[in-house]
Amino acid sequence: MKQQIIVSGLGGQGALTLTRLLAEAAAAMGLPVITSETHGMAQRGGTVISMIKVGPFRGPLIPAGEADRGLFLHPRNLAVHRFYLREGAGVFVNTATPGDYRSLDAQSLAAAQGLPPVAANLILLGYAAGRGGLFAGPDLLIEMIAARTPERFREASLKAFQLGIVTAV
Amino acid sequence: MFAKVPVLDPSSPREAKDMVTQALELSERFGLPVMVRPTTRVCHARQNVSCGAPVRLDRPAQFHKDPRRWCATPVFVLELHRELNGKIDAVAGLPEFAPQLTAGDGSRPGVCIIASGVAWAHTGDWLEELGLLGRVDFYQVTMPYPLNRDFMKTVRSRYEKILVIEETYPVIELQLADARVQGRTSGLVDRAGELTPDVIRPVLEKFLALPVRVAPAPPGGGDRPTLCAGCAHRAAFYAIKTAFPAGIFPSDIGCYTLGVNLGAVDSCHCMGAGISQAAGFYRAYVAGGGEFPTIVATIGDSTFFHAGVPALVNAVFHQARFILVILDNATTAMTGHQPTPQVGVTASGEPGHPVFIPDLVRASGAGFIKEADPYDLPAFLDLLKSADAYCRSPEGGVAVVIAKHLCLLDKEARKSQAVYRMDVSEACTGCLHCLEDFECPALSLDESDGRVIIDAGRCVGCGVCVHVCPEGAITAASGVRP
Repeated sequence: MKQQIIVSGLGGQGALTLTRLLAEAAAAMGLPVITSETHGMAQRGGTVISMIKVGPFRGPLIPAGEADRGLFLHPRNLAVHRFYLREGAGVFVNTATPGDYRSLDAQSLAAAQGLPPVAANLILLGYAAGRGGLFAGPDLLIEMIAARTPERFREASLKAFQLGIVTAV
Repeated sequence: MFAKVPVLDPSSPREAKDMVTQALELSERFGLPVMVRPTTRVCHARQNVSCGAPVRLDRPAQFHKDPRRWCATPVFVLELHRELNGKIDAVAGLPEFAPQLTAGDGSRPGVCIIASGVAWAHTGDWLEELGLLGRVDFYQVTMPYPLNRDFMKTVRSRYEKILVIEETYPVIELQLADARVQGRTSGLVDRAGELTPDVIRPVLEKFLALPVRVAPAPPGGGDRPTLCAGCAHRAAFYAIKTAFPAGIFPSDIGCYTLGVNLGAVDSCHCMGAGISQAAGFYRAYVAGGGEFPTIVATIGDSTFFHAGVPALVNAVFHQARFILVILDNATTAMTGHQPTPQVGVTASGEPGHPVFIPDLVRASGAGFIKEADPYDLPAFLDLLKSADAYCRSPEGGVAVVIAKHLCLLDKEARKSQAVYRMDVSEACTGCLHCLEDFECPALSLDESDGRVIIDAGRCVGCGVCVHVCPEGAITAASGVRP
């Protein structure tokens, strides 16, 4: 099993949360996993990218044109980070604008359900998992979210993820 | 290498964890400092690792007096240096730290690739993908210094074509000292910059005469980071550049380096340098015989504790005239919110004896020390102007302004301050002053009517931007929380 995923967003959108959830899921499946993150500026609104490499990789970075999946928390990031994706990669974008990718207006979905804007990250993750696009299935990811989220955010986090799954099917 | 410190290069977080144990054992065995050197990508990576039981050393601290060993004075230093050379020679002979070979199948005789650290990891991933792992001799150097003696002999005698891929400086290359080696010295590997997979791939293609893979090029761009909405540093920077439009603004390393995007930071070098640079600017302008401009150095509270104090003492002592603004947000915001010594709590959460910045500043001899909250922008502006007047007065010197406001990434701090309901009235002319010169991420331009709007999701209701709008179009209503 090998899967290389990029998570691209703006600092504060929860790219690191998704990265860690996916890494925990891989570890729970007994798969080797290595991730690379943008630090320091991560909470200050700039463009950030994380990489998750599941499988027997040595290095933490994904070369240009090699990523299998891309989760884009902000549509502006498509132009910046799309070059990491290989031909035919699964691309999931948080946007109301359709295009040559799978789009989902997670921001509006969150607002409609009374969830905070930052919940868009888990809605997008739920959507990608619901589409069957990730190495880990929705059930395992739900387990990870339940286990790793602080109690006061748990219910909202699970609700956001479920919302993504429902939208996918 | 010239410090003669043995170095271990981990290629991954997992290896880094294992190497700490090896490094400690090596250090204890030879009585030497040993360095574990993860470069950027290992430091910024996470990986699943297995944890062993912690080993307790259970030995009491006991210092054995031995000046011959512990006093590097001229009397002892020659013998100490000879001893050190002997230790390094011994470490270079240890088989357990010799490079690890993934042997080729003989199809490329006389050819080898030598790599260390994360560059080895990236190279290995490429060789595997290219089906060349196990086809060409591939060495992982786990200890780039001192390079294993037998390994150097083997490389020189067995190979004709040798590629070395290492971050950061060509330490392995320098020790191999062989004209046949290709790498950073020969120019096959770029002499500057990180060795990412995308940098390494073309190197391998050239060295192994492989077909060239056409990879998509990074288009660049992206959003630059900015200070958080409500960050008091933004208010302080706005006041500084408003008060002194022709000023010089040396700064330092932290979140506040982002002031460069606000035009309120002109330099950023090593920690503490901003204060010394301010003193240097003053000296240079005075030496030139002209008027000296207002110089405002900024430094964060943690950076001031770490490296600002000696520079301040030096500046005061040598009678420099500039304003030092210490941006005191009571935390180390950029690197993970460790408390500063002033908070009186250690990084591990235990009580410490607090050390106060005003006490340190007073002890430095600075003759002007004032504390203020930059949220009160008009008052802060006035304070800066009086600081400038002090600098320029006959008895003047370094004026220190401590800009105090808690970092808002601390949720408790956010809860403790007043929150205003912010709005933009019809009076907004769309002049963009607030967007270009204040750059709060909660403010943006509504393209449809050319007026500024406030993103309620990002606005923290600090109320500072009220003072920024030249038209008075930004309004603050109290009531959300007084």
